[in-house]
Amino acid sequence: MLIEIVDAAIAADAIVAGMKAGADGAVCVFDGIVRDNSHGRRTLYLEYEAYREMALEQMRTLAAEAVTRFGVRDVAMVHRLGRLLVGETSVLIVVASAHRAAAFEACRWLIDSLKRTVPIWKRETFADGVVWAAGEPFPTEIALRGNEGAR
Amino acid sequence: MRVLYFGVLRELVGGPEETVELEEGATVGELIGILRGRTSNDSTGKGADEGLWRSLAVAVNREYGLQDVVLREGDEVALLPPVSGGLERVRRC
Repeated sequence: MLIEIVDAAIAADAIVAGMKAGADGAVCVFDGIVRDNSHGRRTLYLEYEAYREMALEQMRTLAAEAVTRFGVRDVAMVHRLGRLLVGETSVLIVVASAHRAAAFEACRWLIDSLKRTVPIWKRETFADGVVWAAGEPFPTEIALRGNEGAR
Repeated sequence: MRVLYFGVLRELVGGPEETVELEEGATVGELIGILRGRTSNDSTGKGADEGLWRSLAVAVNREYGLQDVVLREGDEVALLPPVSGGLERVRRC
């Protein structure tokens, strides 16, 4: 499994090509790219930061779980940090599998899970201001408020 | 122990990390209570960051941990705002 956090451009085509093997009937790719606006505000660039060591461990765990849960052959997950411009790839997920259904499902599950649990944050610089993107709520099993009654 | 801050929380606290001394046997919940009380006192708009503090997750030595985890000397504790890796923003109502 190719699991990386990088500071330079993600070579998406090369990674996808490298994931293909004879046993595969499908390769499903999620290529997350920087959009030119957010709710109508014009985006100039995004800046990603991570709790790097933990994010890598979380990504490795998710990839291994995807293989077990969906029965796919191999997974690649690469996330880029730093300043990204419109159209650039921030995250690439590639799932190789004998059959397409498992590849689609695993790919969707991986990006959804990454966005909820992998410690990476995004600062959006618009033409008219700067904000930290509002992340999705943590799943209850890891959210602090999940066991507030224990205090 | 080392306490690390990320994202919007790093800006709120004013730095990426600090060293905090706690009583033996202190828990994650107690640490959060101390840190939270401190920032509330500093800000004129008390309660303005309530939503952020309520939405946090905490990692102890790079694994998610809940309120009752007991902290030890040398632990690395990270305060994590809701994450937003990837790109498309999904709003679930």
